[in-house]
Amino acid sequence: MSRVLPAEGGLRRVIGDGGLLPDGEIEGLGHEQLLALYRNLVLLRTYDERSVIYHRQGRIGTYAIYWNHEAMQAGSVFALEERDWIFPSYRESAIGLLRGMPPSTILSWWRGHPAGWWNPEDYGVASICVPIATHVPHAVGFAWGSRLKEEDRVAIAYFGDGATSEGAFHEGATFAGVLKAPAILFCNNNQWAISTPLSAQTAAPTLADKAIGYGMPGVRVDGGDVLAVYEATREAVERARAGDGPTLLEAVTYRAAPHATADDPSVYIDEERAREERENECVGRYERYLERLGVLTAAEAEEIRNDALAVMRDGIVEAEAEPPADVSLVFEHAYADPPASLATDLEELRRILSDV
Amino acid sequence: MPERLLVEAVNDALHVEMERDPSVMILGEDVGRLGGVFRATAGLQDRFGADRCVDTPLAEAGILGTAVGLCMAGWRPVCEMQYDAFSYPALDQLINHVGRYRWRTRGKMSFPLVIRMPYGGSVRAPELHDDSPETYYVHTPGVKVAIPSTPADAKGLIAAAIRDPDPVVVFEPKLIYRLARGEVPDGEHVVPLGKARIAREGSDVTIVAYGAMVGVAERAADALENEASCEVVDLRSLKPLDEESLLASVAKTGRAVVVQEAPRVCGFAAEVVAVLAEKAIFDLRAPVLRVTGYDVPYPYWQLEDAYVPSEARVVDAVRRVLAV
Repeated sequence: MSRVLPAEGGLRRVIGDGGLLPDGEIEGLGHEQLLALYRNLVLLRTYDERSVIYHRQGRIGTYAIYWNHEAMQAGSVFALEERDWIFPSYRESAIGLLRGMPPSTILSWWRGHPAGWWNPEDYGVASICVPIATHVPHAVGFAWGSRLKEEDRVAIAYFGDGATSEGAFHEGATFAGVLKAPAILFCNNNQWAISTPLSAQTAAPTLADKAIGYGMPGVRVDGGDVLAVYEATREAVERARAGDGPTLLEAVTYRAAPHATADDPSVYIDEERAREERENECVGRYERYLERLGVLTAAEAEEIRNDALAVMRDGIVEAEAEPPADVSLVFEHAYADPPASLATDLEELRRILSDV
Repeated sequence: MPERLLVEAVNDALHVEMERDPSVMILGEDVGRLGGVFRATAGLQDRFGADRCVDTPLAEAGILGTAVGLCMAGWRPVCEMQYDAFSYPALDQLINHVGRYRWRTRGKMSFPLVIRMPYGGSVRAPELHDDSPETYYVHTPGVKVAIPSTPADAKGLIAAAIRDPDPVVVFEPKLIYRLARGEVPDGEHVVPLGKARIAREGSDVTIVAYGAMVGVAERAADALENEASCEVVDLRSLKPLDEESLLASVAKTGRAVVVQEAPRVCGFAAEVVAVLAEKAIFDLRAPVLRVTGYDVPYPYWQLEDAYVPSEARVVDAVRRVLAV
């Protein structure tokens, strides 16, 4: 039996604090899987930390930091099958790593190089959605369309707390409920939409409460607890596969890093609270849990971190080795069957560029 | 060949294409049980089932957004926007995703969806049931736009839109849904996108129009019968635009008047005029004039006849270009 325990604010949690707060456990996860989950967490964390450095070094452009969101991403993806589709926002830009996408692809995306744009069918990972919440209906449409084709595929869409104020979230959730789409709406509630706190975002007591209005279950979980996230997602996946429709998952955490490399949270954030969160960040919490369980030693953790670092070092080298994109890619792929003007424009541009 | 009303030709096209391709599905508000507020989708739910002709919640961005996901799952969704102005909430999806998603996947995934909507005024309707929003759509990269003016073209362009690998928006002139009657080929009938139709041949002046304005242009040409020989070019596709037919006509006549219902500034007529300025300036013997709606909100319907380009305004413009 899984042992999921209540935490502050009615959040589901599994990981204790090594003191008075006891550890729970998840049924069906052996040591190998617990370690695989740890590797995923470390890979995501390493990607994020290296990306901030690469940005400072001028090797990638503006970057949306997801530090301390790794548990939500790794935990939920761990509950999916390969055939299920992921619809990420920019906060989950590197989630494809968990599906075998090379880091160089995602780094290229942040470098604005065409090599960073992938075929969603290769990984079951849709394109990174930059506008807020507008991919929620995509996930719902995909899930619904898959069910109509009698394909057993679940879709999960990731978005932040601010996204729940958008019309696209409302319309997507409405469709999901009415159509009983096998979809999971995963809200990573880090309590900040750039500088706007959750209290200015909604008067709802919790974001999970919004689920009632769409006729689906709303589940609140500790977003820093990778096992609780896994367990809640697994339950939502089971519900979706059983034909019982969508779930709204609200994973609660606190944004402990800037929104993006261009952001200065010192102007608005509760620094004391952010510091507390950094001390209790999600990768360390899981690491200590595994150590208490006797599954992970410090040396093994070190090795896993080094592996991830090596992957990233290779990734940035590979991304930087991409040859400059040909100017034809400005025009290519906008249409399967393009208007003639695009070819004329390319020809003219080539002539002018070759004159320079 | 049977005669059909324009709206019946739309319905026929949907029947034929859904029969031909089991991945075509219809979604929209009131399209199923009711068969659409204009009956454009009548009979489809009975014939193809509620999963292929879907009554959706009242949410246009939701309709178009889920259609993007449906494409990813292998469907060819045909989305009905109930009225022109009701489509504005869906522009978010159109601009952010529909026109960009193929490019985002570097051409690996196709988004062969269709948006169709009744558009245009002169129907004595409440506010926001009369707009001509085609410019917003034509201006969006990655999206194609077609506008029929005859029943046969309505059927053929919808079939072409459904078969096209790119997203296509088809605007249906609601004024002539039940006024335009004409011969429509039975069975499969495709009018390729990007081909204009010479609605009437002439030699003195070219009147360029689309949708319900083609009829206005033709009536103006009739009224001018004793003064000038007017050629009427029905564009049929705004994107891709058949520049060749347009330029050939103007090369012949040397004069042009462009008619659209939409407000003037940055309307599609401005694009036509720009093409003529770039590519036909030496063929022109007079300035090109536009006859358009005005740059104001579409008026109270008791005044709409003063707003929508009329035969008299087109006649006036033609006389002015002929006087140069």
